[in-house]
Amino acid sequence: MNPEANTAGNQDTRRKDEQRRAGGDEYLAGARAAMPFALATVVLGVSFGVLARSLDWGVLAPIVFSVIAFSGSAQFAVAAVLSTGGGVFTAVVAAVLILARFLPMGVAIAPSLKGGRFRRAMEGQALLDASWTMANCGGGRFDRKFLIGATTPQYVAWVSGTIVGVLAGNLLGNNLERLGLDAIFPAFFLTLLVNELRADNRAVAVASLAAMLAIILIPFTSPGIPVIAAAAAALLGLWGRSS
Amino acid sequence: MSALWITVVAVALAGVVIKATGPVLLGSKELPSWASSVIAVLAPALLAALVVTGTFGEDGRLVLDARAAGIAVAAIALWLRAPVLLAVALAALTTAVVRSLG
Repeated sequence: MNPEANTAGNQDTRRKDEQRRAGGDEYLAGARAAMPFALATVVLGVSFGVLARSLDWGVLAPIVFSVIAFSGSAQFAVAAVLSTGGGVFTAVVAAVLILARFLPMGVAIAPSLKGGRFRRAMEGQALLDASWTMANCGGGRFDRKFLIGATTPQYVAWVSGTIVGVLAGNLLGNNLERLGLDAIFPAFFLTLLVNELRADNRAVAVASLAAMLAIILIPFTSPGIPVIAAAAAALLGLWGRSS
Repeated sequence: MSALWITVVAVALAGVVIKATGPVLLGSKELPSWASSVIAVLAPALLAALVVTGTFGEDGRLVLDARAAGIAVAAIALWLRAPVLLAVALAALTTAVVRSLG
């Protein structure tokens, strides 16, 4: 686990994190590690709120959306489809394709969760790209408390950001792209990717292949499909494994 | 408006089901080692695809615009070990500047 690989002078913090984790404060360790992502998520949430306002979604719909769906990528995808004239079905399918990445993530984390069906279903809701990535202990183990701790501030950030964006949307108008806010989303995923690349040598090859697959597929498939298909690049992981 | 609400609720439900499926179906069984090897590199694959589609995708078309400049700057910043928030801010700033010039 290297939750703070992106900050300078991280040796001390990493050691402290490991001590804290050993002492049972994994929730707090997760929340701490998630802070930079939570801050970026606030900005993301604001941009979603502003976008939703500019599409005449009103005040309630975007906020409820963020509260019950809690997925920036899916929510932005829905906005993209509906705003370009797509129907409900197309929007839902696009969102499902984008959310589908949580299926293998859920499968990966399943052995690390506790309790009966209902509790596991609830704990699975804490799945989030940044949380899952940082809670990964390697060897198939995930830190369950770290995951939950990391997701909580990001959830608060996402909903708060949406509320601010929706209310301030009037002021910003259609300036989403003028302010370069549409680059925030891929930039956010890029920071997670860089963490991954530093952790694993194979990750570079897999990421490169996935990027190429995605680029090739964008012009030929509907939004959402390139992401799922590019996940097939992970099959490269079957080579050079230590079992 | 109701088309929007139907979509919102449907997507939220889908998300809940998708996130619960792995944990509920798999129980606490351990994954076979080959599955673990694939899942170990699943994040880089998904994240790389998300970066690419968010940078070069536009309503199902391949597009090269100011976002590419923003992402390039963020990549350099991250390579130089800049903090997350700074890299993201630089991405937005660069995109806005390049867009205003072009």
